[in-house]
Amino acid sequence: MSFLDVENLTLRIVRGPRILRAVSLSVDQGEVRGLVGESGAGKSMIGKAILGTLPRAIEVVSGRIRLDGTDLQTLSARERRRQIGAQVALIPQDPLTALNPVRRVGPQITNRLVDILGWSKDNAQARALELLDEVHIPDPARVMRAYPHELSGGMRQRILIASAFAAEPKLIIADEPTTALDVTVQKQILRLIKNMQAKHNTALLFVTHDLGVVSKICQSLSVLYAGKVIEDTDTRRFFAGPGHAYSQALLHATPKYTDPDDSLTPVPQQVIDAVEAEVAEFDKGLGA
Amino acid sequence: MSDMIYEIRDLRLSFPDMAHKPLFGAAPRVEVLKGLSFDVPKGEVLGIVGGSGSGKSTLGRAMIRLLEPDSGTIRFEGTDITHAEESALRPLRRKFQMIFQDPMSSLNPRRRVAGIIAGPLRLQGVQDTQSCVLEALDMVGLPRSFARRYPHELSGGQRQRVGIARAVALRPDFILADEIVSGLDVSSQAQVLNLLEQLVKDLGLTLAFISHDLSVIRRLCSRIIVMHRGEIVENAPTVQVFDAPQADYTRELLQSIPLPDPDQVWA
Repeated sequence: MSFLDVENLTLRIVRGPRILRAVSLSVDQGEVRGLVGESGAGKSMIGKAILGTLPRAIEVVSGRIRLDGTDLQTLSARERRRQIGAQVALIPQDPLTALNPVRRVGPQITNRLVDILGWSKDNAQARALELLDEVHIPDPARVMRAYPHELSGGMRQRILIASAFAAEPKLIIADEPTTALDVTVQKQILRLIKNMQAKHNTALLFVTHDLGVVSKICQSLSVLYAGKVIEDTDTRRFFAGPGHAYSQALLHATPKYTDPDDSLTPVPQQVIDAVEAEVAEFDKGLGA
Repeated sequence: MSDMIYEIRDLRLSFPDMAHKPLFGAAPRVEVLKGLSFDVPKGEVLGIVGGSGSGKSTLGRAMIRLLEPDSGTIRFEGTDITHAEESALRPLRRKFQMIFQDPMSSLNPRRRVAGIIAGPLRLQGVQDTQSCVLEALDMVGLPRSFARRYPHELSGGQRQRVGIARAVALRPDFILADEIVSGLDVSSQAQVLNLLEQLVKDLGLTLAFISHDLSVIRRLCSRIIVMHRGEIVENAPTVQVFDAPQADYTRELLQSIPLPDPDQVWA
């Protein structure tokens, strides 16, 4: 049994179209799974559903999310929040909007430890300093007293990584954590996430649209199109030759600077038509 | 030297550093462009690459005089525009246009596509804007019916095409494209880049393409300027930048790009 098990998860906009279509995926302890798709494919919604932070306009039609074998739906709302808070953490995309601009960095890391996990303030403080050191932040004590705007983008993202790992979560959802950063910083941050994940043996669900990034840090990946998983495979097999025509086209569209003849081919219309037909077929099966 | 669109010499530009401004008195200046010199020949597609904070966007904005440099000279088609007044720039603006990074915030959400594309045409006193708008839509491969749509009705790739249409509608000699594909999916990215390449060919444009992503630049650009901390660390033909980079920073940039290949050594 995997640590995270999402089974047949279907979401829709209330009285509107489906946005996830019977999504199943699992992440083991110590595994990094990539969740890949174009914008609007529903990648982030899966993360939100797991964290219980779906927008109010979106409802769960069917499906099950299990954390460590426990079906989240069988728990009371209060207990569910407690479980998720204790076991799951998020590394968000944009470190500037994720940090409160009018509060110092320190309390933003320690609050969760104190409020949700009931740590003492001193313990939380000590742990935060230790973690900032672990994510290679120079002079952690000074940074704890700094405001977010005083730090660079890479530093802010390190703080969010530290904060995500603070309570030793079993599962981390990283939602495009490096899209706002430039390549040299991206490389440092990805390495850091990967090292922290390996060291703490965390299950990591890595949401991204960049197949280059997937090839560097994920062992397995799920390719999403219009809220449907169209391929679920391990990374080596995927890059050796994706099984689905859409995945092939997506891989083909990813730029490779080492190839001087790289032709920057968009996903061909017939491939889109075919995968759209697949999605329509699926919807018909559900009678909608 | 009439075959040069741009001749730039010892270009310097600084901003006030408000974080260190004393309560009274002037803020200290941060030098963002530290004496840049280069030429852009007619018809060239120039890539400007660098990390965040390297000054690449500031350079672009100085080139089309959205910013005024402190010192140095910028010559556009032989005319010194370094400190030109806005009234003197107005007729020139017809010749250099810009495509912005984020089409959602650079397209007025309350105006229809036709109005958005017609804006600069009206400013330049073009009479028959209607036909120019439709022509521009044709050029960027959008259906003419899109003229009546609002930006929110379009996808990211389509919005960026509207941004391109607005820039090409005036038939400029030079276009500055600032990170125009970084917000797009790989598939739309490829479409927009292919379109740009086509337009450069068809209209005989000179293009400066600013990006932090070297991998999208290889196909499009014939020459690349690599910037780091306000300086040009490399200015060379594309092939050389990729195959035999001279500057340490260029090598670091190249090695940082994650290729879609699990076997790439990414140390």
